[in-house]
Amino acid sequence: MAAFVLRRLLIALPTLFVIVTLAFFMMRIAPGGPFDGERALPPEIEANLKAAYNLDAPLPEQYLRYLGGLLRGDFGPSFKTKDFTVAELILTGLPVSMKVGAGALVLALFFGVLLGTIGALRQNSAIDHSVMSLAIIGITIPTFVTAPVLSLVFGVYLGWLPAGGWHEGSLGALILPWIVLSLPLIAIISRLTRTGMIEALRSNFVRTARAKGLPEPVVVIRHALPAAITPLVSYLGPAAAGLLTGSLIVEKIFALPGIGRYFVDGALARDYTLVLGVVVVFATAIVVLNLIADILYGLLDPRVRYS
Amino acid sequence: MTPSTPRPADPAPVLAIEDLRIRFVTRDGAVRAVNGLSLSVGRGETLGIVGESGSGKSQTFLAAMGLLARNARVEGSIRFEGREMIGAGPRALNAVRGKRMTMIFQDPMTSLTPHMRIGRQLTEVLEHHEGLSREAARARAVEMLELARIPDARARLASYPHEFSGGMRQRVMIALALLTNPALVIADEPTTALDVTVQAQILALLARMTASGETSVILISHDLGVIAGLCDRVVVMYAGEVMEEGPAEALFANPQHPYTRGLLRSVPRLDRAGGDLVPIAGQPPDLEALPPGCPFAPRCPHVFDRCHTEHPALRPAAAVPSWRKACHLDGFETPPQREGA
Ligand SMILES: Nc1ncnc2c1ncn2[C@@H]1O[C@H](COP(=O)(O)OP(=O)(O)OP(=O)(O)O)[C@@H](O)[C@H]1O
Ligand SMILES: [Mg+2]
Repeated sequence: MAAFVLRRLLIALPTLFVIVTLAFFMMRIAPGGPFDGERALPPEIEANLKAAYNLDAPLPEQYLRYLGGLLRGDFGPSFKTKDFTVAELILTGLPVSMKVGAGALVLALFFGVLLGTIGALRQNSAIDHSVMSLAIIGITIPTFVTAPVLSLVFGVYLGWLPAGGWHEGSLGALILPWIVLSLPLIAIISRLTRTGMIEALRSNFVRTARAKGLPEPVVVIRHALPAAITPLVSYLGPAAAGLLTGSLIVEKIFALPGIGRYFVDGALARDYTLVLGVVVVFATAIVVLNLIADILYGLLDPRVRYS
Repeated sequence: MTPSTPRPADPAPVLAIEDLRIRFVTRDGAVRAVNGLSLSVGRGETLGIVGESGSGKSQTFLAAMGLLARNARVEGSIRFEGREMIGAGPRALNAVRGKRMTMIFQDPMTSLTPHMRIGRQLTEVLEHHEGLSREAARARAVEMLELARIPDARARLASYPHEFSGGMRQRVMIALALLTNPALVIADEPTTALDVTVQAQILALLARMTASGETSVILISHDLGVIAGLCDRVVVMYAGEVMEEGPAEALFANPQHPYTRGLLRSVPRLDRAGGDLVPIAGQPPDLEALPPGCPFAPRCPHVFDRCHTEHPALRPAAAVPSWRKACHLDGFETPPQREGA
């Protein structure tokens, strides 16, 4: 198991390297630079700034210096948010994004699996049809519609919850972002669960479990459910990475100080180091969560365990 | 399970099926899988069920276990140890199945839960039905696996199903079915999916583990050799009906129904020398449009007018009173011959 994890992390290193390299050069190919403002800076000042941030060195040298820094855990200074290093910015933003994302993930898993299971158990009933219709709506309505609508209704008109803002991470401020982020996931998870559960309920081993005279909840939860959600796990790895590292849209609309926002702002401002830092965090999250997903997969299906 | 001593019909059968009818409602109409079937199994008896594929063997006993698909519509009566199983609620069913009545399925590769250790799959039954502690249940599970000749039983509790061969898994299924010392075990083609070399071992195991006479066995099989060797009595099914039933050995020695005779000629038997196999001519019956007369009439080599119009009832087929057949013909003096035999 430890060897398996280690091997997987080692395999991931070249992938991370390629991603960082691509991101580094793509940023530089894009026109503009961090110090292009509305008014052009006097040439001497711009030259000084570039020298200070090492931007006047040849590109390959800058690249090597950046990589060297990364290896030491140094993400470099932010060009735009003066006096802050990228690492500091990420460390303030990431917990916010993770809190928002983790809550949404838990909500989505709970309701997705619950609704999908009910749908499968009451296949083709009124409940099943309404859940699945809602799921389709959930998948098709984009977040940039649900976020402002819910914020407007519950935040502005009804005034039950804050329309936006972080409020020191209070529960009230988290509820709407959680709901908005989890809705499309609930839709997908419930559909995947329903399909998996219908298949599991038809399987021979569930027939055996019933033949044992076990009560239906035991049959469903102990025997059918793990098999039913196995296909879900491989989907959840990347989905969780996306959630935990911050949703650009939701963080923008609800004015949350997560790292998703840094990515957009950083890209627009050509804050090279900040964007690269977020990319590294995102890529690492994907690698780690896919690894967790694979381990979970092995727990749910011993046939594929750590091979 | 001794082949040579057919028991007299038990006054209080373990399982009594009466006029069972099972229809499946499908988009294209009703599939009439079982059509007025009656049979019973005595205490300690081993009853063989034979019939071509689709003759309703599995569905009949799935009905007894309350395991039919949701599109099934059932009529008639299935009494197990005096209790009616048709229409019984989940509580009543769960009090019986897995405890007093158990089932071994055809496909051991898929019939165990892949994500659960074998030990848990055995102990959950004992914990649920007998209220044993986990420790006591484990001890009993090991004992049962040892009886089923699984090497290193205690260590194998921690194994997952895929870590066993097909034959070993079927041994686990047999151990599972006999854990609670049930009154009836239904074995639905327990060896069909296994290597020929393992089949005999598995059947011998089943016979040995039920030899005490407390447990009745229903053995469903395509293999007439298996049935003849292991069963006291046999029921021959076609189109969801009993065509012929009687003492196994005598019945196979000289079957009285043309369908049984056809079956006998169509399958290889080790105990009968030479001769070519002759499949029964014609198609299996269309369960959505059964004829008004005898269901076997369209394929029967001895068919006459009456067969097409009048449905034959079960009637005595020989001097032995328990030997009956559903056929308008008088009877056959000699066993069926194979071409070239
Ligand atoms: N859910 C269902 N819906 C429609 N038809 C069904 C359903 N289940 C079974 N049947 C039909 O019922 C008939 C009897 O099936 P059954 O499983 O009892 O056959 P069998 O005698 O056990 O055959 P085999 O030897 O192949 O196992 C078959 O024609 C089958 O197609
Ligand atoms: Mg069958």
